[in-house]
Amino acid sequence: MSLDVAITRKVYRREADEVVALDDLRFLVAAGQFACLVGPSGCGKTTLLQIIAGLDRAFEGCVRRPEGKRLGMVFQTPRLMPWLSVRENVRLALDPPPPGDGRAEELLREMQLGPSLDAFPAQLSGGQQRRVALARAFVTDPELLLLDEPFQSLDAPTAQHLRELLLALWARRRPTIVFVTHDLREALSLGDRVLFLSRGPGRVVLDLPLDLPRPRSPDSAAVEALRKRLLESYPDLLRGLAASSAEESAA
Amino acid sequence: MPALRQGDLWLRLLSAVTLIVIWQGGALFALLPGPVPVASALAKAVGSGRLPLDLAVTLWRVAASFVIAMTGGAAIGILMGRDRRVDVFFDLWLVLGLNLPALVIIYLCYIWGGLGEAACIIAVASSKLPNTAIILREGARAVDRELLQVADVLDLSWRRRLSQVYLPQLYPYFMAATRSGLAIIWKIVLVAEFLGRSNGIGYEINIYFQFSDMTNILAYTAAFVAVVLAVEGFGIRPLERRLTRWRA
Repeated sequence: MSLDVAITRKVYRREADEVVALDDLRFLVAAGQFACLVGPSGCGKTTLLQIIAGLDRAFEGCVRRPEGKRLGMVFQTPRLMPWLSVRENVRLALDPPPPGDGRAEELLREMQLGPSLDAFPAQLSGGQQRRVALARAFVTDPELLLLDEPFQSLDAPTAQHLRELLLALWARRRPTIVFVTHDLREALSLGDRVLFLSRGPGRVVLDLPLDLPRPRSPDSAAVEALRKRLLESYPDLLRGLAASSAEESAA
Repeated sequence: MPALRQGDLWLRLLSAVTLIVIWQGGALFALLPGPVPVASALAKAVGSGRLPLDLAVTLWRVAASFVIAMTGGAAIGILMGRDRRVDVFFDLWLVLGLNLPALVIIYLCYIWGGLGEAACIIAVASSKLPNTAIILREGARAVDRELLQVADVLDLSWRRRLSQVYLPQLYPYFMAATRSGLAIIWKIVLVAEFLGRSNGIGYEINIYFQFSDMTNILAYTAAFVAVVLAVEGFGIRPLERRLTRWRA
């Protein structure tokens, strides 16, 4: 089932002031599609994900998402329960956990966390914690997966390893994915499609379908060439502007 | 909680021995009876069966007041920490309750309820309850909303949300309230006993006071203190270690 986002307005109230976080933001993600969202910081990406996840209901407009509770979400920080072991953190998502169910352990072993099943999050490295957070989002076999800059502040090899894991899991189970990032290379290497958001209040300024062959690495020549071409036609894209250079000089 | 090392154990032992030596020294100057007569009085009181009975009665009162104060105080404190309006409304009551002398609370309870068991337990519990509420209010204020969002996304049942996500964040506050709570209740329960009950450690100590029998006062005190240390060492500390073992 597809994800249909039509947010007319999202306003934050700060004391007497009103800050418009999102303004007329509309897009549709087809079932099983991997959509990346790219935008400058402060454009409301995190707010958008919170609305899609149903964590924030104070907005105008509507969001239709796949029915049922099979939602997986990976936040900017791992957000693990420090008092639960790795295994228990992942099993927390299986509510209630069927007795003798080995899905959590199987997934964690696949993520090379087998030796750490009974460790507590504080004993893990940052990369390991993020893997646990990914496993927790994946273990329910979600129909919709929301990821909010899940690999930021990781060293490049670890981030790449986790990207490959994500793609492998996506290839196998085909959830609908919304992946938020500010890293254009990452977006181009992962998505079927990249949505560029404007500076706050966020709107979609460019909707770019991608048909580069997979697997692609963020450092591959194809991704780099595409990135260059994009930035040549839209020099201000990453600042949230999609006016082409030709239009700009005309204006 | 730092792990008990070999060197620490010796220090603790040395500390206990020094205390007994000082005690013995005080006895030489006739300030108080020495350890030996107190120990023999203690043995006699235990042998007669009277002290164990009084001790059991007092411990029951401590336990009952403790449970009431912890559940009631935690409920009020958590509600206040979660909702600003509840907080503002009850804040005055809480300050009042904190500053009401235990003696006044005990007398009021005995006047209203008669010199009975229920009045005694309620008096002791209400002396501690505001303190628990204050500590748990801090805990509820410090609850991590990000983790609650995780519970929302995972669509947890309220039972699992409470036991796996919400309450673990409050455990350190429960432990703090337990520690300070027992410390307060141990002391107040003896006062409540000698003012309005006809058994228990507090009652007996008061009787021996009438006879200026310091040996037996110290014997009853020693028995009581031994129980407190045992509860701390075998109950609270292991529990705390278990609840905080995830801290690397």
